Amino acid sequence: MDAKLKQESPPDMARKECMRLLARASFEELNAAWEALADKPDVSPVRGPETGLVMVRGRIGGGGDAFNLGEATVSRATVRLSTGEIGHGQLLGTDKQRARLAAIFDALFQRDANRAAVEALHRQIASRIDTEDRRTAEETAATRVDFFTMVRGDD
Amino acid sequence: MYVAVKGGEAAIANAHRLLADRRRGDRTLPSITIQQVVEQLGLAVDRVMAEASLYDRELAALAVRQARGDMIEAIFILRAYRTTLPRFGYSEPVDTATMKVERRVSATYKDLPGGQLLGPTFDYTHRLLDPSLIDDAAVEEPAVKEPGEHVMRVSDILDGEGLIEGDGRMPEGHVMGDLTREPMEFPMARDLRLQALARGDEGFLLALAYSTQRGYGRTHPFVGEVRIGEVEVELDLPELGFAVSLGVVRVTECQMVNQFMGSAKQPPQFTRGYGLVFGQSERKAMSMSLVDRALRTDEFSEDIVAPAQDQEFVISHADNVQATGFVEHLKLPHYVDFQAELDLVRRMRRDYDAARTGSQDGMKEAAE
Amino acid sequence: MASQSQIFAGAFADPVFSAQSVFKSLMDGFARPGQIMRLEASSVPPSPMGAAAGAVALTLCDHDTPVWLTPALAKSAVPQWIAFHTGATVTDSKTDARFAIIEKGAPVPGFDQFSLGTQEYPDRSTTLVIEIEALSGGVPLTARGPGIKDDVTIAVRGLPEVFLDFWSANRAIFPRGIDLVLTSGDSVLCLPRTTRIARQEV
Repeated sequence: MDAKLKQESPPDMARKECMRLLARASFEELNAAWEALADKPDVSPVRGPETGLVMVRGRIGGGGDAFNLGEATVSRATVRLSTGEIGHGQLLGTDKQRARLAAIFDALFQRDANRAAVEALHRQIASRIDTEDRRTAEETAATRVDFFTMVRGDD
Repeated sequence: MYVAVKGGEAAIANAHRLLADRRRGDRTLPSITIQQVVEQLGLAVDRVMAEASLYDRELAALAVRQARGDMIEAIFILRAYRTTLPRFGYSEPVDTATMKVERRVSATYKDLPGGQLLGPTFDYTHRLLDPSLIDDAAVEEPAVKEPGEHVMRVSDILDGEGLIEGDGRMPEGHVMGDLTREPMEFPMARDLRLQALARGDEGFLLALAYSTQRGYGRTHPFVGEVRIGEVEVELDLPELGFAVSLGVVRVTECQMVNQFMGSAKQPPQFTRGYGLVFGQSERKAMSMSLVDRALRTDEFSEDIVAPAQDQEFVISHADNVQATGFVEHLKLPHYVDFQAELDLVRRMRRDYDAARTGSQDGMKEAAE
Repeated sequence: MASQSQIFAGAFADPVFSAQSVFKSLMDGFARPGQIMRLEASSVPPSPMGAAAGAVALTLCDHDTPVWLTPALAKSAVPQWIAFHTGATVTDSKTDARFAIIEKGAPVPGFDQFSLGTQEYPDRSTTLVIEIEALSGGVPLTARGPGIKDDVTIAVRGLPEVFLDFWSANRAIFPRGIDLVLTSGDSVLCLPRTTRIARQEV
């Protein structure tokens, strides 16, 4: 059945990236963007918001066959806008309101009228994540060992 | 034999009330917040997540606080909580090669792409108690430097020469198991063993790993690589037909490289043990990789001569929630069992005395 | 492709309480085999799945229960509907299925084609949910067994002729065997594997 569904809806890279960023958004980021939205459509729940578990898998040796590492909490929601779009939100943790807002923005992303606003939110989230990752990478780089040879045996 | 008795409700209620009081401690001191536990006791939180087998920092911190810092109690609470939630699915396997590395060291190569990145390590500290922490002295901002090249996996370097076995493959047609869904059976395949080890007790795995180094199932290990950092978790959504990211989790990975003399079936080469653990815990990841390798006796035609090589022994006793449940249940009422045993011992004692003296009295007593 | 409204609509309006109420009806139904239980929560699954079968699926199926569907149901929007609302995947293999759903008028496969459980784990058998024409008004049969005081008459309409043969073969392998939920409209009638069914003497 999975194969059939996949065939019917090929991966939409823009939507996938949209959902990746929304999963990393803070409640404050999502809520501020929602408050700033000019004409808010009505939102009705389709599924959730609800919290459950996803079994996180690893690979033996890092790149071999899969095994089950352990579970993680995940919150998810599916909503329908009054304009008809369906949006899904799913993210790590137990914050159901964050998941609901992420679902709303996934739905708004599918509306031409709101796409620009959602993309502005994406840029804001992406830029914050980049800054945080960059900072961590720089801090880690400062702990890199520079080896230097003190004495060679043959001198 | 079990006999239902009632009683003790008031005592239990008051004991719980007393526990809450002792947990809170001196009311003139501020209470610890969950965020403080997450931020300042992060490695305790990581251990609880790993051994509860549930990644959620806030809930793990809550469990630590609720358990008054008793780690196994906190693990128990979080493990119990996970049973209340529905399962949404299985993630795509995390890709540790694309990890946002916060620490990476290798004991096998000095100069390797990406370098030796020490990260926030206790190594090279002097293990002297630091009185400055008592006064909450100001802490310097971390130093920063321009990041270097991609942090390449050490196993990929060695692989080029064909002297090291590849990443682990299960036999053709193997269906991946899940300990949370099927009862344990032995012999257990490597994927299930790794799942059990990943949530196994750190102390137990450490002791087993240590035993292999001391000669009880020696594996001649080198740390090919230990790395800590964040990896993305993706879940396939049937309603969309593609996998989407749920966010990132921090994990610790250890690639242990083990010298192998070769056997009738295999040439001399380096074999590998693998460790992967939620959170930052290289002691656990290293121990796991040593025990993983020790347990692979069937693959390398090795004799089982030590506890760390005996999968039924290791896997059956690695889970501290099961272990504490069975050990600690002994303190619960066994009044009837004990009465029965007491009667039995009394009778045996009479028989014993009677046999020893052979006296009329002894015979009479035993007949009663 | 199935339209979005078919897939996303039609689940319980109040998932927790509806599922609890349907669960209670099913539990009581299995405790009192042969009794017609009206479900108090309704679902609107994609056609051709019936309302009661939909409610049973929403209540009992989850990520760990592969579901087998008849060819007609498998071709409809039902697989996606079940996947979205319950997390269960659809399987082609009758022996992997924990539930099998058969719509009204579809041929009923032999019960022994499904998972019958094992002597050690008889619970691992398939539960069949079969929608039939009506739960009453058919040829009267006598049911006996645990949960039934003396005997009870069931008179369902729309089961295949061979049902009694299937059922007695299913009885013969106890403790293994399938369990049965018959549905019609918004009602169910449960037949656990312990129930013995016979024709009534005229």
